Amino acid sequence: MPALFPPWTNVVARASLIAAVVLVVGVPAALMAWVRAPNATRRYEPVAQPIAFDHRVHVVGEHIDCRYCHFSVERSSTAGIPPTSTCVPCHSQTLLGSSTFAPVRRSMEANTPLQWKRVTSLPGFVYFNHAIHVNKGVGCESCHGRVDQMATVYQAAPLTMGWCLSCHRYPAAFVRPRAEVTAMGYAPRQPQRVIGARLVREYHVRRLTNCTTCHR
Amino acid sequence: MSAAARPLVEQPPDREPWPVMRGEHPAAALTDHLLAPLWRSSPTWWLLFGLSSLGTLLLLFTVTYTVARGIGVWGNNIPVAWAFAITNFVWWIGIGHAGTFISAFLILLNQRWRGSINRVAEAMTIFALVNAALFPLLHLGRPWFFYWLIPYPATMGVWPNFKSALPWDVAAVTTYFTVSLLFWFLGLVPDLASARDRAPSRLKRLVYGVFAMGWRGSGFQWQRYRVAYVLLAALATPLVISVHSVVSLDFSIAQLPGWHSTIFPPYFVVGAIYSGLAMVFVLLLPLRRAFGLYDIVTEAHLSAMAKLMLAMGLMLAYSYVVEIFMSWYSADFAEQYTYLTARPAGPYAIAYWIMTVLNVVTPQLFWVRRFRTSTRVLFLASIGILVGMWMERFIIIVTSLNRDFLTSSWHIYMPTWVDWGILAGSLGLFGFLFLLFVRFVPSVAISEVKELSIELGRDGAELAGAAGDA
Repeated sequence: MPALFPPWTNVVARASLIAAVVLVVGVPAALMAWVRAPNATRRYEPVAQPIAFDHRVHVVGEHIDCRYCHFSVERSSTAGIPPTSTCVPCHSQTLLGSSTFAPVRRSMEANTPLQWKRVTSLPGFVYFNHAIHVNKGVGCESCHGRVDQMATVYQAAPLTMGWCLSCHRYPAAFVRPRAEVTAMGYAPRQPQRVIGARLVREYHVRRLTNCTTCHR
Repeated sequence: MSAAARPLVEQPPDREPWPVMRGEHPAAALTDHLLAPLWRSSPTWWLLFGLSSLGTLLLLFTVTYTVARGIGVWGNNIPVAWAFAITNFVWWIGIGHAGTFISAFLILLNQRWRGSINRVAEAMTIFALVNAALFPLLHLGRPWFFYWLIPYPATMGVWPNFKSALPWDVAAVTTYFTVSLLFWFLGLVPDLASARDRAPSRLKRLVYGVFAMGWRGSGFQWQRYRVAYVLLAALATPLVISVHSVVSLDFSIAQLPGWHSTIFPPYFVVGAIYSGLAMVFVLLLPLRRAFGLYDIVTEAHLSAMAKLMLAMGLMLAYSYVVEIFMSWYSADFAEQYTYLTARPAGPYAIAYWIMTVLNVVTPQLFWVRRFRTSTRVLFLASIGILVGMWMERFIIIVTSLNRDFLTSSWHIYMPTWVDWGILAGSLGLFGFLFLLFVRFVPSVAISEVKELSIELGRDGAELAGAAGDA
């Protein structure tokens, strides 16, 4: 009777041991890496808007403050999307007549808002309020990134719960003076540990890590 | 088939001490006899397999229904947040304890009789754990997030609450399952090699050959094997104590009269081994008859296990008495109310008295030698104890919860058909797995039984050996 298992099966046996280790260690590790990858968190994915709006031109070129368009950020849970009438007064008739501005024109004529696409989207089970963050000294760029350098706006932060908690646990490492909230490329004039500790005292910033802070 | 012919006749119990093995059993005949169930089936097996498959389908259906509709289809509701699911969990995991107790404790204590029954007990442990694990997962409500129970660096930036007994539970049960599975498989390797060598078809030879992992039975392999086996036994032994202790902490760290008690860990471990031994009897006695194991599983085994069961039953009865005494001695109204009024005379008094009678009175039968070896008495008593132990967990959970601190919150828990379906289905799954086990895996540790037959001089080799020497 020939041998039940020819010699090459030894290789298979050893390889399957290695494969088992890879499976047990590698697959969970790969999954854990994947959920952090920009592809999984939808980071850096430019979101096409109904009109090719360029933040660079407006923020860097014209020095327009974020709050000129996102008008309700200091008072409301949402930052506010500007109505079409916000765009029109600044732009010349010639530019408004160009094909690029066709959606704006149509919006004006039909009196319907432009259908902007949401870029930074939190799940429905997360309660988020812009006003409290801005008023406690959290800069726009801390979450939204360098919007002044984005041709098409993309989600800059991973938006994982761990990312939220990194600030909620140690707010002193991130807060800035209220006057600097909309500044892009902000650098603290004193070391952050000094300025952070002072602002946390001044603005009564608390470590809010209770589940019900965000999940209500 | 000399070994096959003899054991079919049940020997009348004669006198103690009973032999651990009866008759003359040459090694080859033993191997043939004990491997025979792997090569042929029987109508009884098919009938039981069909029934247990139906049970498994019922489980599949009720679990799917639960997951699809949410656990609102169960009867539990605040304040009775834990009901059938946790009762079944504790019951199954308790049953799982006898396997390791018999395998690991007894090997370290050098009890030779364990060799004939340890395989069944270990298989029972694993299948009971599979069932047990099902219930807390379903009880999560969103079982697809079960991995949140495991401590791993999550993107949520939070860890399981290490101060809660529930993550300890996960650690204890997964450790126990891993060690039990390894221990069971390690014990199987030489027998799988025997199956490989005797399998009638090439496919079967290949399958058993893969699982035998190249076992040749050389002296070197045996030496390493023995070391590994005893080491694993030593590793598994503390788990018998720790796992159910941790399960009991799920209850006792809560400040609830009926749960908040320091006696819980030993009380739960004793109950676990008690119910596990009962389940071993329920499985072993029919198996002994079906596979003709009377020479290998003798009155010595039955009697020894019955004595163990009596000892566990007495310790459990002691725990019941201490619980009641302590509630009175505490002079605390809530404690006294739970133990002295709500349980014996409350809405679930019937379950309480069934529990007390079945768990405390039944084992007293085993003071009598005749009952310790009577398969009928053992089987019925074991079923009684299993029912009693299920009632015990039900009483601990439901009667402690249903009378909340405010009388306005009192609530009578009643199981729904889904609760019953899952319980019945889990029994079906258990039977399903066990029947597959006896059909495809040697259900007696052949190598250990052969070793025993040689040690006892019952291998019929004396004459042959003498002839060879001459």
